[in-house]
Amino acid sequence: MDTLTHLADGFTIALTWQNLGLALLGAFLGTIIGALPGLGPSNGVAILIPLAFSLGLGATPALILLTSVYYGAMYGGRISSILLNIPGDEPAMMTCLDGHPMAKKGMAGEALSLSGIASFVGSIVATWGLILLAPQLVKIALLFGPAEYFALFTLAFATLGGVSSTNQAKSAFAAALGIGLAMVGVDTQTGVPRFTFGEVHLYDGIDFLVAIVGLFALSEVFLFLEHRHGASDAAGKKIEIGRILPPVKMIKDTSGTMIRSTGIGFLAGVLPGAGASLGSFLAYALEKKISDKDGTFGKGDPRGLAAPEAGNNAAAGGALVPMLALGVPGSGTTAVLLAVLLSLNITPGPLLFTQNPDVVWGLIAALFIANFMLLLLNIPMVGLFTRILMVPPRILMPIVAMVSFVGIYGISGSSFDLYVMIGFGMLGWVLRKLDVPLVPIILGTLLGNAMESNLRRAIAISDGDWSALFASPVSLVLWAVAIAGFLLPIVVGKVVKSRMHGARQTAQSEEMDATD
Amino acid sequence: MNTRFLSDRIFGLVGLALAIGYALSARAIEESFLSDAVGPKAFPLIIAAVLGLASAVIVLRPDPDPVWLALPRLAEIGAAILVMVLYARFLPVAGFVIATAFAATYLTWRLGSRPIASVVTGICISLGIYAVFHLALGLSLARGPLGF
Repeated sequence: MDTLTHLADGFTIALTWQNLGLALLGAFLGTIIGALPGLGPSNGVAILIPLAFSLGLGATPALILLTSVYYGAMYGGRISSILLNIPGDEPAMMTCLDGHPMAKKGMAGEALSLSGIASFVGSIVATWGLILLAPQLVKIALLFGPAEYFALFTLAFATLGGVSSTNQAKSAFAAALGIGLAMVGVDTQTGVPRFTFGEVHLYDGIDFLVAIVGLFALSEVFLFLEHRHGASDAAGKKIEIGRILPPVKMIKDTSGTMIRSTGIGFLAGVLPGAGASLGSFLAYALEKKISDKDGTFGKGDPRGLAAPEAGNNAAAGGALVPMLALGVPGSGTTAVLLAVLLSLNITPGPLLFTQNPDVVWGLIAALFIANFMLLLLNIPMVGLFTRILMVPPRILMPIVAMVSFVGIYGISGSSFDLYVMIGFGMLGWVLRKLDVPLVPIILGTLLGNAMESNLRRAIAISDGDWSALFASPVSLVLWAVAIAGFLLPIVVGKVVKSRMHGARQTAQSEEMDATD
Repeated sequence: MNTRFLSDRIFGLVGLALAIGYALSARAIEESFLSDAVGPKAFPLIIAAVLGLASAVIVLRPDPDPVWLALPRLAEIGAAILVMVLYARFLPVAGFVIATAFAATYLTWRLGSRPIASVVTGICISLGIYAVFHLALGLSLARGPLGF
């Protein structure tokens, strides 16, 4: 009952005209960002964080705006998966399998709205899961001391690559690089400058927003420049939408699928190291096993579309549980949301629930509102959003670059930050070429300092005895999971990855056969 | 040495050099007399060790090379970086609208717009961002000598 009171309070915070307007704006912008080529949830939100920050929005309104953008971008990402067979990000890969064949059968509108409904079901149920599960996890987390937290941070970095990661050395490299960058600046405990090389601008440390915008947004611009990929992927393709609403029968037929997939997706989201891509993959694989009696999966079966969509949105919601309750994101998507919170001076974790319940419940209410807005917005306006696919990158990418500059310049008004951002853009481009994941770098810059201070507190409490890190049963469990989570992908990573890609390739070659 | 794996070997060696440099500058951090049990050096040294280990593994077990481009495309990226640096340098001097119009024109031109279309696009992008972020949302942008 307590939970419901909290939730009601959350809604009273979130339900003002200004906040509803921001949610609508965010959902609209987010869908556009998601649909645009080369912009996904992560870099879309990355560009907007500094803007929300420099516009001086309060914590709750900013949070509502950015979560709406974020959810909107995930909705928008389906559009290119379904219409063009180009997944916007990895979780959307499974959406292509049955979504694109449906579009080819002239059911594009139905596919889009059905996947919208599936996403909605996945997110809403996962948000309820979050409400029920997070407070329980908070109770456990309140027992954590600094040593346990240090182990927990290690666990987060060790499992960030996920089970499908193929090169753990590169993940570890990225994490160490990010944490190393966080060390730059004046040490808060002793007041000595570290790695500043006498540069006054570095005394405050490197602003993680500068790093995020550079790594995510500018590197994307460089990638497009590299390929001189200026024309729209949608150019020259005829896009027929057909009817906008799916028949009631289709929704009825897929309802079981949605529920099952939501459950799996949510679990995959909560567990460390699984994340949304695995969530959607498992949901699709299971559904195929259960329902694919006539061999229709991969040829435009609505259930094959509903499963991964419900799965990946539920996973995204599930990933919020450890992020909010422990302050440790388990996936790339939640790392960006953590950046949003930190830039608003909100540190997630168990204390947030006790000290700032208004933020937690306001955010949860915002998640509900954003989802309803998106459903209402997406179904009637899908025709408009599909036209966004036509925007050629040669116009879009300069806008992305310039808006990135505007946002970062708005924070500090100094050219120095812009140089640093360009540096991160170059770094991001090179690392992407070399297949080094960028998310651990971001997470490292976000959490590096907290990780270090927990380590130092733990050792200070034990009077300099380093074995204190492994003293309690809880920390031993965390260390064990961290090590297992880091080693597991080395054993099974290639298999999982090749299966995920394999499913897509088979579908594509079958599609080729069908058109021949 | 198999050249198909050259990129990762070089990358790993750069990483190793970075780890060593990082460790050296961590050792050079001045200890304050107020220091706690761990001090400001220990954690950076641990990070340097992880960085070095990961780099060593990358050298020893490299992935196949990505597709690197012919020199002209790399020069393209270099030129774009130069333009961005110049943009950052002259933004406070020239003001937002002028500097942005130039930078946006350059980028859209290099991404394949025709010359005249590039200029129009560049100016539109600049004025558009100015209208939305400065006039409508009140964000302070760099002011040039002409007041915008």
